[in-house]
Amino acid sequence: MRKIKEFIIEKILLSSALITIAVTIGIILVLSIEAFYFFSEVSIIDFLTDTQWTPLFTNKHFGIMPLLSGTLLTTFIAIVFAVPVGLSISIYLSEYAPNSFRKTIKPLLELLAAVPTVVYGFFALMVVTPYLQGIIPGLSGFNALSAGLVMGVMIIPYISSLSEDALHAVPYSLREASYGMGSTRLQNSFRVIVPAASSGIIVSIILAISRAIGETMIVAIAAGQQPRLTFDPTVPVETITAYIVQVSLGDVQHDSLEYRTIFAAGITLFVFTFLLNTLSHKMRKKFREKYE
Amino acid sequence: MKKVLFITALAFTMIACGNKKGQDKDGTATGSITVDGSSTVYPVTEAVAEEFRAVKPGINVTIGVSGTGGGFQKFGRGETNISNASRPIKDEEAAYAKENNIDFVGLEVALDGLAVVINPENDWVKSFTVEELKMIWEPAAQGKIMRWNQINPAWPDEEIHLYGPGVASGTFDYFTEVIVGKSGSSRGDFTASEDDNVLVQGVAGDKFGLGFFGLAYFEENQDKLSLAAVDGGNGPVIPTKETVNDGTYSPLSRPLYIYVNSSSVRNPEVVEFVRYYLENAGELSTDVGYFPLTAEEYKAELKKFNDFVENNQ
Repeated sequence: MRKIKEFIIEKILLSSALITIAVTIGIILVLSIEAFYFFSEVSIIDFLTDTQWTPLFTNKHFGIMPLLSGTLLTTFIAIVFAVPVGLSISIYLSEYAPNSFRKTIKPLLELLAAVPTVVYGFFALMVVTPYLQGIIPGLSGFNALSAGLVMGVMIIPYISSLSEDALHAVPYSLREASYGMGSTRLQNSFRVIVPAASSGIIVSIILAISRAIGETMIVAIAAGQQPRLTFDPTVPVETITAYIVQVSLGDVQHDSLEYRTIFAAGITLFVFTFLLNTLSHKMRKKFREKYE
Repeated sequence: MKKVLFITALAFTMIACGNKKGQDKDGTATGSITVDGSSTVYPVTEAVAEEFRAVKPGINVTIGVSGTGGGFQKFGRGETNISNASRPIKDEEAAYAKENNIDFVGLEVALDGLAVVINPENDWVKSFTVEELKMIWEPAAQGKIMRWNQINPAWPDEEIHLYGPGVASGTFDYFTEVIVGKSGSSRGDFTASEDDNVLVQGVAGDKFGLGFFGLAYFEENQDKLSLAAVDGGNGPVIPTKETVNDGTYSPLSRPLYIYVNSSSVRNPEVVEFVRYYLENAGELSTDVGYFPLTAEEYKAELKKFNDFVENNQ
């Protein structure tokens, strides 16, 4: 009887694991099949090098670069804002803050990640953009800068939480040794602890980048819906995710070339995130320091 | 262990019982009317639904904004009772509906003067000729016409930022047809959205912005936007009740429609709603910024609808 129970439980758990793998394979298959049909009509060279993206209009261009530049631009702004802030928060919480402070602040930080992204999007559009328009004249109503900044705020918890765990995991003996040698707190934090926790910190940054690349609502609402190849943060752009939302909610005929563009865009996004995940895995293995 | 099994069984039963009160395929569930389609017609339908709720509080009217084209797709599949449209139904869309055994009637409900809007700080444009608009919006302009002074050398040497409805929008179809010459023929490098509020936001926040949408959205945001006159060959004209009614605001005066599904008229609530719509559209369309048809025209539409209802019981 017990053997049967064990067997059943084992198989149930195995099937749960297999379901996740099956779903991932299913997603990859769907994307690849539709993308294959797409690339049989549009050459991949065109797709990668054309500088305009206008698949729904008369003058069709299928260059992914404008959408990609929109995604990368907003992600870059988000990371440039979030990494210093997130890292400083994590170092402060781990090295400097008294325990009581740390206990109250950490859950509050998690709250930043709990705000619905659509709320963030409207916050960017209604509050941040008008404010920035006062500082930067000529800032467009839709622009990559406010979307990027608000996205940065959203991903701070990812960086700070994981980095803080990584910093905390560095054994105390290292800290004691460095204090014993006469280092100041600052030297200790930045010269000893951060390098020791670097694998965890880098992984947290890469996770934040993946999150920012896949973010949809904030950029769909605040960054604009005009695909253009630019790195100017003050003009409307369109990201890959915003384009997918725009087309899938519209009236484009299923199984037409225009409809397949969302799969082509989706598979580009997927490739990027996949590469980032692999990179983070490799970095973690390479830089991890074992202390026991 | 027994407790766990009991709770699991209970949970399954409750989940299984959950889905009975959804909609039937053609939306004939009582108490609920589904509308989707044009963002231009949306303010009128919304105003009618609001007043209707005061008369008949039990009926829930949900109105989507997928654009005229998007609305017709759903209408053709039987997912909506009524479709808002800022242009007549296309042949392909009618055929699609026919394939799904959907018969329908089209009713004119109001008149729109499509507004061409600019930012209030734009002091160099007072009006556009149809040729200038064509030069800005035709497909050949994509990537080429990027600055104001390319259209008129007297205008500043600054980038034009264009905002317009997307390809699912009836306003887009109509504008391209009368300005460029062929429906759907437009440049692709502008901020496209089926949601006119996005366009309002875009032009209002951008000194060099230029956009077009239904007049109601301008009326609602008069403090944030400026209206440009359109010269259709007889001098610059601004859309007003007179110029739209007698056709001098050309070519951008157009009728607005709703389309009703034949199986939905078996539902007395839908019939009541549409009758209420036709009786009150004149007054309510003026409230939101459009222009009413004449009383005789509304009577004719009502008769058309009543005949359709009789034929489809």
